[in-house]
Amino acid sequence: MFDEQEPKSPTYYDEVIRKGYSRRDFLSFCTMMAAYMGLNQSGIAQVTKAMSEKPRLPVIWLHFQECTCCSESFIRSSHPIVADVLLDKISLDYSETLMAASGFQAEQAMLNTMEKYKGEYILCVEGSVPTAADGVYCMIGGKTSMQILEEAAENAKAIIAWGSCASNGCVQAAKPNPTSATPIHKLVKGKPIIKVPGCPPIGEVMAGVIVHVVTFGTIPELDSSGRPKAFYGKRVHDSCYRRAYYDAGLFVESFDDENAKKGYCLYKVGCKGPVTYNACGTMKWNNGTSFPIQSGHGCIGCSEANYWDSGRIYERASIFPGFGIEANADTIGKVALGVTVAGAAAHAVMTNIRKNTIINAIEEEGKASEKEL
Amino acid sequence: MRRVYVWELPVRIYHWLNAGCILVLIATGFFIGDPLAIMSSKEATYQFLMGWVRFLHFAAAYIFLFNFLFRLYWGFVGNKYSQWHQFIPRDKKFFEEIWQILKIDILQLRGKEHVGIGHNALAGFIYFLTFIAFLIQIITGFGLYANTSQWWLPQMFSWVKPLFGGDIELRSVHHWAMWFFILFSVVHVYLVFYHDYVEGRGEISSMGGGWKFIEEDVFQEHKEERQKVKSLFLSKVVKGLKAISRPSQNQK
Repeated sequence: MFDEQEPKSPTYYDEVIRKGYSRRDFLSFCTMMAAYMGLNQSGIAQVTKAMSEKPRLPVIWLHFQECTCCSESFIRSSHPIVADVLLDKISLDYSETLMAASGFQAEQAMLNTMEKYKGEYILCVEGSVPTAADGVYCMIGGKTSMQILEEAAENAKAIIAWGSCASNGCVQAAKPNPTSATPIHKLVKGKPIIKVPGCPPIGEVMAGVIVHVVTFGTIPELDSSGRPKAFYGKRVHDSCYRRAYYDAGLFVESFDDENAKKGYCLYKVGCKGPVTYNACGTMKWNNGTSFPIQSGHGCIGCSEANYWDSGRIYERASIFPGFGIEANADTIGKVALGVTVAGAAAHAVMTNIRKNTIINAIEEEGKASEKEL
Repeated sequence: MRRVYVWELPVRIYHWLNAGCILVLIATGFFIGDPLAIMSSKEATYQFLMGWVRFLHFAAAYIFLFNFLFRLYWGFVGNKYSQWHQFIPRDKKFFEEIWQILKIDILQLRGKEHVGIGHNALAGFIYFLTFIAFLIQIITGFGLYANTSQWWLPQMFSWVKPLFGGDIELRSVHHWAMWFFILFSVVHVYLVFYHDYVEGRGEISSMGGGWKFIEEDVFQEHKEERQKVKSLFLSKVVKGLKAISRPSQNQK
């Protein structure tokens, strides 16, 4: 079919056909992926070519401190090929959740992949790494997650940090962070790291990142926080279908009011859409069915670092650190304003007492001049 | 009484433009932070209230930024009362004057009254702090704005977001720092009235016409002091030059 040399290991296309999908299914998958990645029409051909010709990408998928919602999101991606082929056929050589092997066999499979594809395999990490107490809070097969990460990262081509745990530490890194849960980019240096935050990230976004790596052989263009620009370039706010209500100044005041029924903007009930970078507004969830704002709940900012510590879910007020949970910035500001005004008033009174000689002298000079005229 | 031209026209324009911008920025900022509850039968298509408030905030922010940059420039080319060294403590005298003002004007202890013509040392130092607050607001504000704009100027601030962790943190800092401006304004306005009332030298009107009025003997005192500083500086320069021109003598 192609003039080029037959690749050593089967391509994605081979796997798709072997699995019983038609070429039409395969093309629709490639088209969908190209669209999600924001490529133009010629990109579809590029994706198709890459998926037909390139050998499967060897992937090691590690699970540390996490809830596996990233994997769940990934296998529930809208196109069946995503789950069936990418997961199954990106040659997921090691994944605690999905591999059939267990025990020594599984560990051996990981070692084999690391040996065989030295410097070629993609390391996907789901979950954060606890560094407190020498990492005893997360151990697999007798090794700490820190050791496993170091070994696996050493010869990886690139690392994908799946979800907020691997990207930012997520909830287990919230204050006081008892296990010192640490995101991957703080532990591994000198390797390209793609952060795909979200709790979980959107399945199609995850698939898009992998397809990008397969198609172009490079990591996608990243923003200043290390996230793929194609999916995290815009705020949820910018693609929100309720944005018109925001600009109009029409807001839901409480979840049971008339405005909520009318579908107004959820900004005042704590929506974090304006500070959250993600593709929820365009790609949506569960085969494009809906996303939190569409179902009447504000964005909680799950793909932003520290979203659990920096503000409440249902309020916009910014919390001022060190004053307890009940004091927001404005409460403290108002108290400070009161103190300042009172201080100025007290000073004014003191001035009239302490400086009365000077003040009287000026006053008398002024009054005398008035009389002379 | 002697008339002294203290605040040049550009300084006065800067001052009032700055005051206006801060007022607009605080008012619109509060609105953006917590918009008013509006019940309306009109469709969103026919309204743009939040949009206008945000537009005002951004427009005022641009004016504020350029006005601030201009003031920094003027700190190098303006008259002696607007120069940069009025704001940054450099020598012992600066701190002595701060201490004197704290004693006489703030704590109201008995002692020699300080007669300032431009900024007094304490005020100058506090304005230096306000410049830092301006910088914080400009950096966090444009950091938040960077991603919504295609222009290179706000884009120059795209490094701010990762530095602070994210927009959530940026927004919080931007909100907290705003309170400094409110507290500063209260103290600033009070002290202007205080000086006008206690000294009677035209403190309030000076930001209108640029003039302050001082007694002849105070004027002469300041002049003498100025000349002393000048001659001391000159003698130091002469000494230094002599030392450089005859290094061989020193070695003997």
